[in-house]
Amino acid sequence: MTNDPNVEAQIEPTEVGANSAETGERDLSADGVEEPHDFYADHEVQIASDYEGHVASRLDPNAEPVLEVEDLKMYFPVKSSGLIRRTIGHVQAVDGVSFQVPRGGSLGLVGESGCGKSTTGRLITRLYEPTGGSMMFEGRDLAKVSQREMKPYRRELQMIFQDPYTSLNPRHTVGSIVGAPLAVHNIVPKNKILGRVQELLEVVGLNPEHYNRYPNEFSGGQRQRIGIARALTLNPKLLVADEPVSALDVSIQAQVVNLLQDLQKEFDIAFLFIAHDLAIVRHFCPEVAVMYLGKIVEIADRETLYGRPHHPYTQALISAVPDVKQAAIGGRRERIRLEGDVPSPINPPSGCRFRTRCSYAQEICAKVEPPLLQIGKRHKVACHFAGELGAHPATPVTTELLGVDDQGNATGTTSPTPVTTGPGYENEWFDLKTKQLTSA
Amino acid sequence: MFAYIVKRLISGFLVVVLVSMAVFALFWYGPSKPAQAICDRETSNRCGDRIEIYQENLGYNNPIYSEYGKFVKGIFAGREITFGATTYQCDAPCLGLSYNTKQPVTEELVSRLPATASVAVGGAFLYLLFGIPIGVAAARRRGTVTDKALVSSFLFLSSIPYYLFALLTWLYLTVLWEAPFVSDVGYFSPISDGPLKWFGGLFLAWVALGIFGCTQYTRYTRGAMVEALSEDYIRTAKAKGLPARTIVYKHGLRAALVPVVTIFGIDFGILLAGTIFTERIFEIQGIGWWSLQAVGNKDLPVVAATAMFSAVMLIVSNLIVDIVYSILDPRVRLS
Amino acid sequence: MTSTVSSSDPGQAARSERSGGPILEVEDLTVSFPTQDGPVSAVQGLSYSVEMGKTLGIVGESGSGKSVSSMAVLGLHDAKSSTITGSIRVDGTEVVGLSEARMRKLRGNTVSMIFQDALAALHPFYKIGAQLAEAYQVHHPSASDRDARRKAIEMLDRVGIPQPDRRVDDFPHQFSGGMRQRAMIAMGLINDPSLLIADEPTTALDVTVQAQILDLLQDLQREFNSAVIIITHDLGVIAEMADDVLVMYAGRCVEYGTTKEILTHPEMPYTWGLLSSIPDVQASTDARLIPIPGNPPSLLSPPSGCSFHPRCSFTDKVPGNLCSEKLPALTPAASRVEHLKRCHLANPDAIYQAEVLPEIAPELVEENR
Repeated sequence: MTNDPNVEAQIEPTEVGANSAETGERDLSADGVEEPHDFYADHEVQIASDYEGHVASRLDPNAEPVLEVEDLKMYFPVKSSGLIRRTIGHVQAVDGVSFQVPRGGSLGLVGESGCGKSTTGRLITRLYEPTGGSMMFEGRDLAKVSQREMKPYRRELQMIFQDPYTSLNPRHTVGSIVGAPLAVHNIVPKNKILGRVQELLEVVGLNPEHYNRYPNEFSGGQRQRIGIARALTLNPKLLVADEPVSALDVSIQAQVVNLLQDLQKEFDIAFLFIAHDLAIVRHFCPEVAVMYLGKIVEIADRETLYGRPHHPYTQALISAVPDVKQAAIGGRRERIRLEGDVPSPINPPSGCRFRTRCSYAQEICAKVEPPLLQIGKRHKVACHFAGELGAHPATPVTTELLGVDDQGNATGTTSPTPVTTGPGYENEWFDLKTKQLTSA
Repeated sequence: MFAYIVKRLISGFLVVVLVSMAVFALFWYGPSKPAQAICDRETSNRCGDRIEIYQENLGYNNPIYSEYGKFVKGIFAGREITFGATTYQCDAPCLGLSYNTKQPVTEELVSRLPATASVAVGGAFLYLLFGIPIGVAAARRRGTVTDKALVSSFLFLSSIPYYLFALLTWLYLTVLWEAPFVSDVGYFSPISDGPLKWFGGLFLAWVALGIFGCTQYTRYTRGAMVEALSEDYIRTAKAKGLPARTIVYKHGLRAALVPVVTIFGIDFGILLAGTIFTERIFEIQGIGWWSLQAVGNKDLPVVAATAMFSAVMLIVSNLIVDIVYSILDPRVRLS
Repeated sequence: MTSTVSSSDPGQAARSERSGGPILEVEDLTVSFPTQDGPVSAVQGLSYSVEMGKTLGIVGESGSGKSVSSMAVLGLHDAKSSTITGSIRVDGTEVVGLSEARMRKLRGNTVSMIFQDALAALHPFYKIGAQLAEAYQVHHPSASDRDARRKAIEMLDRVGIPQPDRRVDDFPHQFSGGMRQRAMIAMGLINDPSLLIADEPTTALDVTVQAQILDLLQDLQREFNSAVIIITHDLGVIAEMADDVLVMYAGRCVEYGTTKEILTHPEMPYTWGLLSSIPDVQASTDARLIPIPGNPPSLLSPPSGCSFHPRCSFTDKVPGNLCSEKLPALTPAASRVEHLKRCHLANPDAIYQAEVLPEIAPELVEENR
């Protein structure tokens, strides 16, 4: 942040522009986007004003996806403790998730600890080797490339971590932390690195003269800005932000969220925004996916997901968030109580994984897993009794599609319709009222 | 847990094999000729052509693997060893005959064990007896003059070279002060000959070893204790209304002991393997003293035996530390 | 919401007798720590009170003094490395300067405290049951080990731990995060305290677990009729839990009053900043997220005048350099009772309704008109 009003005067915009133009970093990126525009110079003025209020990010329904994830799986083996360590089971941390992140847009991934949202983020940046599925990015399937082939993609695909205290090496100066990716990828001549580092610090609202300081000389919010600058160094197309603000003080959280929003707008960066704070995600992401025990249970645009959630878990999650506006009324907000804890991902419940804590669960839920069904233009839900709060149907809505009766036994009379669980949305979807495919 | 112990014992066994191989290799391929040294000593430096006989008798003319094979066989089945005209019977577990005394190494090892064990037990006892209470006291008074005085005086003590410290102990206790109960160096007598004599013979060694070593334990304990006392659960204990004594000992020390016990286990293993300096300076003819002599005499079987013995001691103490650790800290499960 | 009020609770009768005044009265409390760079005043001139059966919420960021002031109530600060002045009266007894032996009798008994990170706050090497039993026995020396264990199981059952007779022998790491916090609450309530201080009790927890814990705290408060101080940075938690709220900034109270009053008619720009910098899960998407600029001040060199003035966007509405020169007094809000604020602004409520609210909650402006 620009605490010091003189900061802006210290670097001439033309100077900055000259540096970026010389480095022409965008030219080097894999797909060779044209216009080697001098980013940081152009956008300096807008970036510096991050104390202005920001409204929530808007959805661009026509944006092409930058990342398409389909049926992504991550099973961690569980070993026995005997002399010969056999694999006796798997932690199904991520079990067949599909979604897409639009170019320059953001998808929020919410859920409680252990739901697999962080694992998903780590899979996309290939910190883990996925067990199955595909992740299409820039025309390549990241799930299939080797670590070496991954290197050029790492430039376009960066990560911001939760804890600004442990994710920065305390023995390196801010300059070398932020500049390291430039050196590693051999993008900028050695003598130009410092210039780039200073531009980046400026962009994230830090004093560029502080490049030779160490992380411990900065506050939590400033450290998170350093982490963001490091992620920006290589002009990524997609940023995976894993709980980027949850370690910060409340007044600082908003600063960082606004900064990320600015950066997204200016540099057209797509975000996979992983967080447990539903309100922050709602503000930042026009589209949100809710995960439970390794699966996406509901995914929709913000207005639908927060306004008319159809999955009992989403409803419970949203109703559990304490609301400041409740002060005007007094007392606790009406909420859906979830009993107990999340079951173990080693041995998840059969059928629907949420059924053990769901008040609508019936026999079918234990027998048949509900598919992630598109029920609106941009709305998918995985529930046999999907419906708005208080209007859940009495009989399962999925029976005809799945070819089962109300108890979940196969009928044999109706043949199951194939249910699409692709990453994107179809033009036709399953209407809950008519139980027919419809379109807008 | 059981599988874990078995696994650790297997890997420990491999380490012992490697150590013994390394010792053999050193004697075969090392810079000095063991046969030459022994021949020179036994013939009062008039070895000359007799070196060939010694080479042959000691087996240095045979390939290393066949000699090593004999050595291994001896451990499990015993063997006969021929030196010139004499043939010695060496029962399993046979670690060979000392080149020097022509005595079975195993027997000698066992006979020297009490001396070393006595030094180790007494020294280790003093480590804890002084180290832990002083460390706790310093941690409780962290930042005060008492703490600073304790820390700096212990730092001073531990920065004296050990041999100098041991010699000074001897000088002050026996020569200058003529303290009662303290025998001069070289008077170790086993505990079976009367505990008082045993105590007198070891007292000097214990004091030197114990006081020198306890400085480290003071530092470990103080550090671990300072850390434990700043933990959240100490604040909880205080908020429960527990008396200071309970907070410090039951909640603080209990947690602080875990790292101290870990280091202690390893140290005790090292002590049991023989304290070369202490035994040499105080003329206690234990395993450390013996191994030092053997190295000087190029006495392969003894060097191999003492090296393997230290390896075994360290492996066992490490294993015990791990087991004790899992008992002390319920979060650790061995697997 | 289920509330099981047991009328046979012996503590209840005793309490209603003594409930003449507030259970906790803090007056002009100052806590400072000597450091190499001079004394640091973590809390200055703080006054508040809590009555039986009521909940006070204390809000503030890290370093605002919210935890420090509450720990002073329990005398948890080391007497050698802290200086405490002012007055803290627990049930009429002055505890500032009280001997350690008498203080001990209050801790965990009349006043108990639960902490944020239950995994760190419970001893990793002792079983849950043993830790609960210890808390009981230290104030009930005559209780046998069996009684204490029975009491521990009873408390675990009360806070909703399934199979308490079995889980009592578990170690903290074998519990889930929510269960650990429940166990922590069970330990805090085992001696039936008059006042429970909960320091960020749900910060590390997931939202649905947080909701469970808040429900539990509320149910137990009704059952035990104890006073509760809840320390948090989450205004949502305050809104739903607290009767009164105290906003702290840089060691001072900057706003104090009933929750409804403070959160609907805040008169201090820092409170405005807090409200505008948290997105709301139900707000209109036209609502703006307006951060508070800058960082919380260093307590070593606090700003002159009003500590908030370097981060305040409304100083130009105050004549002269008043904000940077003079510390505003804690004064009653313009036309309202039981609402204190520390600000030089002449007509803060009007500014809030006209300039802040339309930005952060456009939908509310319509309602208010």
